[in-house]
Amino acid sequence: MEMFSESLLNKKNKRIQSLYRSLFMMMTLLLILPVLVILSTLIYKGGSIISVDFLLTDPINGMTAGGIFPALFGTVWIVTVALIASVPLGVAAAIYLSEYAGDNWFTRAINLAIINLAGVPSIVHALFGVGAFVIFFGFGTSILSASLTLAIMTLPVVIVATKESLEAVPIAFREACWNMGATRWQTIRRVVLPNAVSGILTGVILEVSRTTGETAPIMFTGAAFFLPFLPQSVFDQTMAMSLHLFVVSTQVPNVPDALPYGVALVLIAMVLIMNSISIAFRMHLRGKKKW
Amino acid sequence: MNTATAEKLETPAAELAIRTQKLDLWYGTFQALFQVDLDIKNGIITSLIGPSGCGKSTFLRSVNRINERLGYVRIEGTIDVFDKNIYDADVELVQLRKQIGMVFQRPNPLPASIRDNILYGHRLHYTGKRLSRSDQDDIVEDALRQVLLWDKVKDRLHRKAIDLSLEEQQKLCIARLLPVQPQILLMDEPCSALDPKGTEAVEELIWELRGKYTILIVTHNMAQARRASEECIFMLMGKVVEHTATEDLFVTPKHQETANYIEGRYG
Repeated sequence: MEMFSESLLNKKNKRIQSLYRSLFMMMTLLLILPVLVILSTLIYKGGSIISVDFLLTDPINGMTAGGIFPALFGTVWIVTVALIASVPLGVAAAIYLSEYAGDNWFTRAINLAIINLAGVPSIVHALFGVGAFVIFFGFGTSILSASLTLAIMTLPVVIVATKESLEAVPIAFREACWNMGATRWQTIRRVVLPNAVSGILTGVILEVSRTTGETAPIMFTGAAFFLPFLPQSVFDQTMAMSLHLFVVSTQVPNVPDALPYGVALVLIAMVLIMNSISIAFRMHLRGKKKW
Repeated sequence: MNTATAEKLETPAAELAIRTQKLDLWYGTFQALFQVDLDIKNGIITSLIGPSGCGKSTFLRSVNRINERLGYVRIEGTIDVFDKNIYDADVELVQLRKQIGMVFQRPNPLPASIRDNILYGHRLHYTGKRLSRSDQDDIVEDALRQVLLWDKVKDRLHRKAIDLSLEEQQKLCIARLLPVQPQILLMDEPCSALDPKGTEAVEELIWELRGKYTILIVTHNMAQARRASEECIFMLMGKVVEHTATEDLFVTPKHQETANYIEGRYG
């Protein structure tokens, strides 16, 4: 039978199809190539310096030796305070926008502002932070100023992630509640939020990983070049991983080769671990969800 | 909360459950209901039939004011529920919706256990001291017995409601309304997502609830209207064409449009 056998046109189409398939696959491979190169370089060049001592001791000899503990400690501080400031604000704003606000010019303007806020370069945020928190509010160069600057910068991440996860909760659940006489808040509290929590947490963890790596917004607002002691409160300056990496790779003479790579490796590990937790967590919660 | 309103709604007048007068409704500039005058009797099952887009669901959704959620709905005329115009300023929406439960086309159990689904409405409205576990159990059992579901699910009350079959989910959605003792149940094509067997079971249940609640049911299924209602309203293009005993409407329709519709000439 000729009926089902391959024609010339089929052949041609198949060739084109496989061409595009390999093209797209190559693009994908190209995409992950830099990540692999960066990671392997870091491990190759900086892996040898990593040890418990490296993580838990102070830098010595003008930062050419010793560990990174103050920077690690400082980054944890900065990220924590930034989260405390931005998560409640961002989640509340997202709840308002997706559950209460009507579809009018005001809401649309706010949504537009959020998108634009996400596009502002981080150095602009840094200068804003200097003006607003360091000078105007008088917090000085401190963890508080740095964290608030980061918080404002990462607010769009929290708001967008929260809004998306709230909107993913089926409208039928809300209707069921409203029709039983539940107020909006009762509906949000008992039904919407519990089902959106996985998405919100994912957004928060993404924010953590972004906050961890930012340098520009903190270098004028709270992060110090070198501080041989740990911060005692949020009004103190602190060292931070991202700035420390910048400093040891460009500002300090006679640094052994492995040191900056080691710092970079720890920084990238922090971010990757955070992201993996976020992904694993999301998969876990999604797997439990069913509707 | 306005207590006067609550009391008024809680003491049903004997004769009429719902009375609308000259009810017009617009979605933006589109008029969906024209001069609807309806007297819906207390304690019986009334069905609303008519072709798609005739306004039957719109009417249903006006009775518990869920339409308002769409900001562009405008209403003129009155809807009295137990002699109280529900569009009066002193009507508390939460109380209104407590008294008037609604069942949807697609069963919409909450993503929680069967037990929590039943107790949800109760927890929303109950103001007294926290009930003991056994009292709560009684509420759950009573509601599930009323919808003929108790024997099937009594051993798995803590399982997710979403794991039930569609028929059971829909029964659960009806049961969920009962603990707050509503006067009226609105059902918007409650069987349209179910298979014939599920449909039959839910119809049987609706018939079972007859007398305990005033039931207003929208349906596409004329056989269902015929089987499961005592009075029937036929609507066309936003107007009420005929409203009589179901038996009469199907056997001796007074209007030509009604006759055409029930004989399947359009719809």
